[in-house]
Amino acid sequence: MSKSERPNQLFRNLNAKVASIPMILTALVVFVGGTAWTVLYSFTNSKLLPRLNFIGLDQYYRLWSTPRWLVSIENLLIYGVLSLVFSLVIGFILAALLDQKIRFEDTFRTIFLYPFALSFIVTGLVWQWLLNPDFGIQRVVRELGWESFSFNPLYDSSIVIYGISIAALWQGTGLIMCLMLAGLRGIDEDIWKAARVDGIPMWKTYLFIIIPMMRPVFITTLVIIASGIVKVYDLVVAQTSGGPGIASEVPAKYVYDYMFFAQNLGQGFAASTMMLLSVMIVIVPWAYLEFGGRKRV
Amino acid sequence: MSDQAVSLPLPPATIGREASGPSGPKPRHRFSRRNIFLYGTLIVVALYYLLPLYVMVVTSLKGMPEIRLGNIFSPPLEITFEPWVKAWSKACTGLNCDGLSRGFWNSVRITVPSVILSIAIASVNGYALANWRFKGADTFFVILIVGAFIPYQVMIYPIVIILREIGLYGSLSGLVIVHSIFGMPILTLLFRNYFSSMPEELFRAARVDGAGFWGIYLRIMLPMSLPIFVVAVILQVTGIWNDFLFGVVYTRPDTYPMTVQLNNIVNSVQGVKEYNVNMAATILTGLVPLIVYFLSGKLFVRGIAAGAVKG
Repeated sequence: MSKSERPNQLFRNLNAKVASIPMILTALVVFVGGTAWTVLYSFTNSKLLPRLNFIGLDQYYRLWSTPRWLVSIENLLIYGVLSLVFSLVIGFILAALLDQKIRFEDTFRTIFLYPFALSFIVTGLVWQWLLNPDFGIQRVVRELGWESFSFNPLYDSSIVIYGISIAALWQGTGLIMCLMLAGLRGIDEDIWKAARVDGIPMWKTYLFIIIPMMRPVFITTLVIIASGIVKVYDLVVAQTSGGPGIASEVPAKYVYDYMFFAQNLGQGFAASTMMLLSVMIVIVPWAYLEFGGRKRV
Repeated sequence: MSDQAVSLPLPPATIGREASGPSGPKPRHRFSRRNIFLYGTLIVVALYYLLPLYVMVVTSLKGMPEIRLGNIFSPPLEITFEPWVKAWSKACTGLNCDGLSRGFWNSVRITVPSVILSIAIASVNGYALANWRFKGADTFFVILIVGAFIPYQVMIYPIVIILREIGLYGSLSGLVIVHSIFGMPILTLLFRNYFSSMPEELFRAARVDGAGFWGIYLRIMLPMSLPIFVVAVILQVTGIWNDFLFGVVYTRPDTYPMTVQLNNIVNSVQGVKEYNVNMAATILTGLVPLIVYFLSGKLFVRGIAAGAVKG
């Protein structure tokens, strides 16, 4: 195998190359090419059709002076921080509870994870119904006697993004729990025994020994949550359609609406390039650590 | 409950000490404070997670008058399947009023070929990456994996142009290609890692026996890796069925997948809101992935873990 029998390098291992054509095309044409194309056209004044009429950074200036985009970014930040903090904390606590050698572990895990099998559309519509002010949770609590109870996130523009976050957490925490549980199971039983022998209380063991040991799991989970946050779109469409007004708009929806409804492609491209930029800030350091430092791939 | 401490096998060193007194952790009581806290918390959280499903089912079985009067948590006084029938065959989106059934069959016609095509491409590709490396393969692979994190919004318009150029924009085949493209990173990773973990000798022996690229794939790798294929199918069926963005971008109203149609039915502004029909339609849309989830059990967890954590 070491010596090449055939003179032409291109035809060595030809079958494998043929089998990789879809991957090569996807990587080069769609991922690299498509991204470069969008970034390039974000510097043009394309409206209904993409045109190479460069106007420098005008689209970006316009983007950052559009109230709807600013609201979208603010929402994304709130939603992002809430998702990150709560899904990590709740996911970890649930995993730790399930890791106590309990009975019915499979049943509990099945229950916590099933929302993850549902689409964001289904999630959004269910929570739209649950949070309906006239029929949902608010009415039920009022009927129980607490007349002044008010919980109406979907029609209150100041808190609507929290209503969306509740639904997102319901849908996604199960996944984080599963990742955390896998991480906890990967920890040597002897660590626990040693901690117990030393008389370290359980919460301290988790906080100062187990969590630092699970660093790789946390980093991977963080990357997964972060890349999911930027993509949030269908949930908002289903739950509020961006309303009331523009109170629950998110960047992904901004991009879609400008590309396909407002027929302002340039704005859409500029907005999606900003989304790409925000993902890069998270991904590049991670990818560098993962692929760059040591040759593991 | 957790009195498994009693049955812990004692290491040999402690056996000698047994005579001198009890050893090992104190056996716990079934209703210790710890257990009440532990199970109490888990049950409360489980109820919270089940609540939306319960409300969905209950609402879909009530008539509208009962919904207006009662509260969403109360079980239906009079069970009616009318909303389900209506959601399936009569609910309106825009002008056509043939219910969700159209979206369901569209989704089937999208999901089945997408799952087959994406898995076929990715498994062969993963096999090539694991066993038949060629120069530059890893570079493309890294691009593919990093590309998986690029927001879809960045790539949707260039793909619109590509599909329009090859005449598939708006068709189901176009959407199938899109799903195969975006399923590729995760599936290729899954298969590559799985095939890499198979013993190298197996591959060498087959080579010595004269089997080629496709021969080894079809006769050795494929039969030996059925579990990972099942995982991939689960991953793809739920993922593609639940997709909304690609459906809304790359199809037309008459080829909308179920999720898009559902959203149009429920969030349509005209007419009186029929919450029971909406909830029935929502369950119907969620049913396929839910069935896949409950039937697959641990494999689903394996699928998402494989999908989420690399390696």
